[in-house]
Amino acid sequence: MSAHELKSGPLEYRSSQGRMNILGFWIFLAAEIVLFSTLFATYAVLFGRTANAPTPGELFEPSTVLVMTFLLLISSFTCGIAVHEMRRGSVKGLITWLIITLVLGLGFLGFEIYEFIHYTHEGVTLQSSAYWSSFFILTGTHGLHVTLGIGWAILLLIQLAKRGLTPVTSRKVFIISLYWHFLDVIWIFIFTSVYLIGMVV
Amino acid sequence: MKHRKQHLMKWLSLLPLGLILFLSGCSELTVLDPKGPVAQNQKDLIMFSIIFMLLIVIVVFVLFTYMVVKYRDRPGRGNKDYDPSLHGNTRLEILWTIIPLIIIVILSVPNVQTLYELEKPPESTSNKDPLVIYATSADWKWFFSYPEQDIETVNYLHIPTDRAIEFRMSSADSMQALWIPALGGQKYTMAGMETKLYLQADEPGMYKGRNSNFNGEGFTEQTFEVHAESEEAFSDWVNESQNEAPDLTQDKYDELLKPGLLNEMTFSSTHLQWVNHGTMADKDYAIKRHREAYKELLHLENGKEDGNNEH
Amino acid sequence: MQLDEFFVTGEPLIYGAMVSIALVTAAIIFILTYFKKWGWLWREWLTTVDHKKIGIMYIISALAMLFRGGMDALMMRIQLAFPGMNFLNAQHYDEVFTTHGTVMIIFMAMPFLIGLMNIVVPLQIGARDVAFPYLNAVSFWSFFFGAMLFNISFVIGGSPDAGWTSYTPLAGAAMSPGPGQNFYLLGLQLSGIGTLATGINFMVTILKMRAPGMKMFQMPIFSWSTLVTSFIIVFAFPILTVALALMTIDRIFGSQFFTLTGEGMPMMWTNLFWMWGHPEVYIVVLPAFGIFSEIISTFARKQLFGYKAMVWSMIVIAGLSFLVWVHHFFTMGMGAFVNSVFSISTMLIAVPTGVKIFNWLGTLYKGRIQLTTPMLWSLAFIPSFVIGGVTGVMLGMAATDYQYHNSYFLVAHFHYVLIAGTVFACFAGLVYWYPKMFGHKLNERIGKWSLWFFVIGFHVCFFPQYFVGLDGMPRRVFTIIPEWMPLNVISTVGAFGMGMGFAIFVYNIYYSLRYNEREKSGDSWDGRTLEWATPTPVPFYNFATVPHVEGLDAYLIMKEKGQTTFDEANLKPIHMPSNTGQPFIMMSIMFVASFGLVFEWLWMAIAGLIGVIVMMAFRSFDYNDGFYVKVDEIKRTERSARGL
Repeated sequence: MSAHELKSGPLEYRSSQGRMNILGFWIFLAAEIVLFSTLFATYAVLFGRTANAPTPGELFEPSTVLVMTFLLLISSFTCGIAVHEMRRGSVKGLITWLIITLVLGLGFLGFEIYEFIHYTHEGVTLQSSAYWSSFFILTGTHGLHVTLGIGWAILLLIQLAKRGLTPVTSRKVFIISLYWHFLDVIWIFIFTSVYLIGMVV
Repeated sequence: MKHRKQHLMKWLSLLPLGLILFLSGCSELTVLDPKGPVAQNQKDLIMFSIIFMLLIVIVVFVLFTYMVVKYRDRPGRGNKDYDPSLHGNTRLEILWTIIPLIIIVILSVPNVQTLYELEKPPESTSNKDPLVIYATSADWKWFFSYPEQDIETVNYLHIPTDRAIEFRMSSADSMQALWIPALGGQKYTMAGMETKLYLQADEPGMYKGRNSNFNGEGFTEQTFEVHAESEEAFSDWVNESQNEAPDLTQDKYDELLKPGLLNEMTFSSTHLQWVNHGTMADKDYAIKRHREAYKELLHLENGKEDGNNEH
Repeated sequence: MQLDEFFVTGEPLIYGAMVSIALVTAAIIFILTYFKKWGWLWREWLTTVDHKKIGIMYIISALAMLFRGGMDALMMRIQLAFPGMNFLNAQHYDEVFTTHGTVMIIFMAMPFLIGLMNIVVPLQIGARDVAFPYLNAVSFWSFFFGAMLFNISFVIGGSPDAGWTSYTPLAGAAMSPGPGQNFYLLGLQLSGIGTLATGINFMVTILKMRAPGMKMFQMPIFSWSTLVTSFIIVFAFPILTVALALMTIDRIFGSQFFTLTGEGMPMMWTNLFWMWGHPEVYIVVLPAFGIFSEIISTFARKQLFGYKAMVWSMIVIAGLSFLVWVHHFFTMGMGAFVNSVFSISTMLIAVPTGVKIFNWLGTLYKGRIQLTTPMLWSLAFIPSFVIGGVTGVMLGMAATDYQYHNSYFLVAHFHYVLIAGTVFACFAGLVYWYPKMFGHKLNERIGKWSLWFFVIGFHVCFFPQYFVGLDGMPRRVFTIIPEWMPLNVISTVGAFGMGMGFAIFVYNIYYSLRYNEREKSGDSWDGRTLEWATPTPVPFYNFATVPHVEGLDAYLIMKEKGQTTFDEANLKPIHMPSNTGQPFIMMSIMFVASFGLVFEWLWMAIAGLIGVIVMMAFRSFDYNDGFYVKVDEIKRTERSARGL
């Protein structure tokens, strides 16, 4: 396995193990796309089945969702800057931008938790109806992914502080950046197909 | 070698004989002994497809036997007919792609045609309106409601011959399927939606019907009898039932819905007055009333507990 | 919860099973302690990341599961041949066919094939391990603990009883209360995670770790089948993950996905289940095709006929497998148009499958066929599978499917494809690669006895079921009417024939271990592919020097040129991963968490999940990069293995 080390190119791509991990993660993301597609399909099938609970149009708040969307979009951008800093070889820049990304992610999560609590007060929960079950599970699965991503990134920050940039740490950072962008893309689909359509219909 | 070949030919000659035995035996199997136009239609299609399938099986079996017998590595065979570098043949590949494709096209045409025919009442009796029967399945029994006659039966069915029956089917609880093999194929019954199935009997007789989709402990015993009879006999039965059977009250119906086995019953009114399980609004009607009953077992054994095993 | 609710009580059969489980466990503990083998078990097996050992563990577990599923089958057959005996009551029968189906598909067929993939694929492509050895161990232990979780339902809590398809609303909380169905959901979920990881692992392994020079279209066909299967796994298993999760949340947290209340949609489960379930069929049958292709080519002593057509047909099958799921419920009333579309797409699968059949026949043509046991299994497959295949086309015709659906015709069909396809392949592959795994062949004479018992028993068991199905016998009934008796008795006789075949197979393992001569060369069958280039037993690093591949059947070319995988002049230190107990510990914690969720003890589930997260964090900080095998050690190992 040690035979195919490269001398140039991005650090994370230099070892063959690094290249394999990145490819493996891309495949994992493909599986994640299937996972979210299934949840989206479930949501679409159950759309409108609110039973006696309020409809989404009555509850959704455009302003909250818009703020959440911007927080996550910007965090995706700052995550890009972090990787850019890593390519430049700046550990400090990388850590700084990664922390900014995490703070934005935390902000997103905070709003999402607020949103869920708000709905609960309005009398809508996971148990209310088929539609609300699918709503909470779809957005909740995304939220859970963001939470795990934040926890994971904190572990990486500690490793970066301890070890600096090595082929291993840079590979880990690169992979988590893929993950983070992926969550952003999923959110865009949630924003349009859940919130925008939910508010209009 | 020659001896072996003769041996093989003897066995191969038994093949047509076996086929005849096989096909004659089949005519007694319920599905291949149809008692109405729908089942007849399906049987014809089955036989049509079996011909092609047997053709394929015979071709493969003959080729297979030939290859295994001829190219076996036996003492003294040497390198005769041995070609280790033979690695493919494009023409053959195309051939054995195209032929199955053609067979599939040939099978698809009548298949699609029949599929569309099955969604309508049989043409042979298109001059008469179909008899509408609401078939409602519940764990583990059948309710048949005749809205025009205002009769409801449990676990048995009377139908006139030579008239299409339009089943409007739904389930009070689990997903089930109505299957009367002698009259035609099955369809699911589900809570909160209505499925339609057209069947028809041409010959008077008693046919077996059942739930064919597994739905828990009482599944095996969820059977019913179909009495197909002439139009006159049918109206006699209708009159008799209307005059002699009791009314079906909502309380009585709710009690009958409770998961369990029931004997045959007749009522002179239908449950459709207050609930139609085929609608979204009544989807949870049974589960709301009997949720607790599912926690208990029937302890169902063969020959015990089961009132209607003989059906 | 009372203790008598926790344990299943009141069934003599289950008391017997409890006693035997306790006895076997005690015996294993005693033997391990007496021979001081605990350390050996931990060091050599529980902590291993070696693909060959993981493969062996997969296969041993799968054989145990085959035994369990087989016992279930025999119990059902006894009940149906002698319904008056009341051997099983309705409830018990429901549990038995549910566990039979689930165990056979999820915990027998798939792990058996994944075990063979683990052992063979890295060797076939000239790699020293899989891409992610650690993940591979995680996969195995997740399968293992998933299987354990599912199997303990037998004595603790009660078995699931809603069928292996677990259709809602029957399988929902309202109609199937209690832990039984939760065992199904969490057992499958736990092992499903491992399967998904295996899919990713093998995709990367095959795409990135092939020996230098090996082009995609020079890969052995079994490796190709593994690659295609991995694609199906990656795109199908997340659907199962979601479906299982949704039903679990329905049952435990009261959501309304598949319920009758709250406008839930029970039919959505059926769709989701089969959107995974149909590709799953091909997950267990494509590797089988790969195994047969290898064996037929080896023992016909010929190159595989139409190699490219074989590969492309697998790819086409994989693609179509995602477009046919509706054929499992044509009778749901979706209308003529939907049924027509799915009917035609279903029948189309017959075309690439037919191509494969004819190519196998083409491989036999002008060959020199050696009737060894693995070859006999493969030859038995062809006609048997064709019968299963053509009846599959008949079932695919929606208009007539209304008459076959849910009947024994269907039961006969899927046993014909799954046993003749998958089970025959498992036996064939195990016998074929057995010398590579254990250093000696299985006895041929006993092997053939087991084969004939099994194959004849199989036909006697399942052929009559086509007819009893056409006579209107539905599946999953626990008692039958007199008209169906004769054919059912014949079926039962056949089933016991198969049981006998399996027993002889297991005896053969013991017999061959004691009496068969050890392999001297690594090339037991005069093989064609790279796994036979390694010495037996295979060194843990597989290849001392990785060969340069120049074409299909790489080892055949090497043999012609007199090359080996031990080029003393070109030895370099080999980098290998270290053993680790983390996967085992992590998945045993996961087992505890799942067990808690089964009984809805949330504190236990949450504690377990936290434990798993801690283990993952621990892994993140683990910078153990493996070790290097020194040239001297390689030389020593190779010389002793090759008898130099």
